[in-house]
Amino acid sequence: MKIAVASGKGGTGKTTIATNLACAVARMGRKVQYLDCDVEEPNGHIFLKPDIKKTQAVTVDVPEVDLKKCTGCGKCGEICQYSAIVHLKENNVLTFEQLCHSCGGCLRVCPADAIKPKPLNIGDIEFGKAGSINFVHGKLRIGNVQTPSLIKEVKKHIEEDCLAILDVPPGTSCPVVEAVKGADFVLLVTEPTPFGLNDLKLAVGLVKEMNLPFAVIINRYGIGNEDVEKYCKVENIEIILKLPDDRRIAEAYSSGQIILDALSQYSEEFSKLYEKIKSIKAGIDDKRRQ
Amino acid sequence: MKIAVTSTGKTLDSQVDPRFGRAACFIIIDTDTTDFNAIDNENVAAAGGAGISSAKVVIDAGAQAVLTGNCGPNAERALSAAEIKLYTGVTGTVAEAIELFKSGKLTEAAGPNVQSHFGTGS
Repeated sequence: MKIAVASGKGGTGKTTIATNLACAVARMGRKVQYLDCDVEEPNGHIFLKPDIKKTQAVTVDVPEVDLKKCTGCGKCGEICQYSAIVHLKENNVLTFEQLCHSCGGCLRVCPADAIKPKPLNIGDIEFGKAGSINFVHGKLRIGNVQTPSLIKEVKKHIEEDCLAILDVPPGTSCPVVEAVKGADFVLLVTEPTPFGLNDLKLAVGLVKEMNLPFAVIINRYGIGNEDVEKYCKVENIEIILKLPDDRRIAEAYSSGQIILDALSQYSEEFSKLYEKIKSIKAGIDDKRRQ
Repeated sequence: MKIAVTSTGKTLDSQVDPRFGRAACFIIIDTDTTDFNAIDNENVAAAGGAGISSAKVVIDAGAQAVLTGNCGPNAERALSAAEIKLYTGVTGTVAEAIELFKSGKLTEAAGPNVQSHFGTGS
């Protein structure tokens, strides 16, 4: 099973939920894999403290133009939807590697075979062990912007025999879509504030559009107002966990600790969370079979 | 010589558009004959690469110089590769900008004067 932990708003506690859920399920004796798909700013390693055993570079293909072969027809620039390759005049062609989406269109339309693919290193994937948890995270290289491409590569390493927990980037844009794609269940983490509610609504719109089963987690429960709960009730969305606004959680977080280790009373909350996800998922599967 | 001025409107008394890539339109004027035409900029709402696409528009129009408010690094690279002179920091009406250019009072930009996505309002 693949569980994606996402949120519209940043800083609501995705990584707190994802890492603690991973630890709780691993302690129940289940095989768990944690994949940090927030490749622009991965931070799950701060809490899980994995022993990194392997690093793999990730490249994408960008065009390289042989100007001697170029006939100046301009077809490469016409097909590119992102202005990553532009024909100026005669055989003067410029490429903008950071804008390239690696579709390969320019290579195919070039009648002079003047364009060749060139690998561009966009980041790395690191693999390790955090106790019994299999740890994977992507790290986008500074200055690179091909976030979805790297997330796609990270997800190729999902191990089907594990419970895979995916830590998703915040927001509702392309990297989020790439990260939650194919998930069996999405946990939307929010906080009970007007900002939290606004961005939760956007995230709910996204998972509904993608037809993914989901439930809401309210973190820092007790601050703000009751509007998130009211919204969930009206929309018939299950609130699967309310994590209280507990100063001790913030203290554990700020020193890079897993909540389960620092505050054992929360262990049960996370074990229950997993059981609830399983039963909701089983209910959905039953309905789909009928 | 032909020059391109980023403009908020289609006439010479329109204000110079402070954005290059996402300018409302480009006024292409022949400084010798003062004949001009206005090209609507289809890249105003482009998701990305507006500067590069706009550079392509002025290159194809045969301009040898660009007068604008601000120009980012990608557009500057494209204009420079096409050997088009770039003048940034230009304000006032299009007609005033052209007069300043003709009297040699504008200084050529040494490079881009703003970062990418300056004109997107984000």
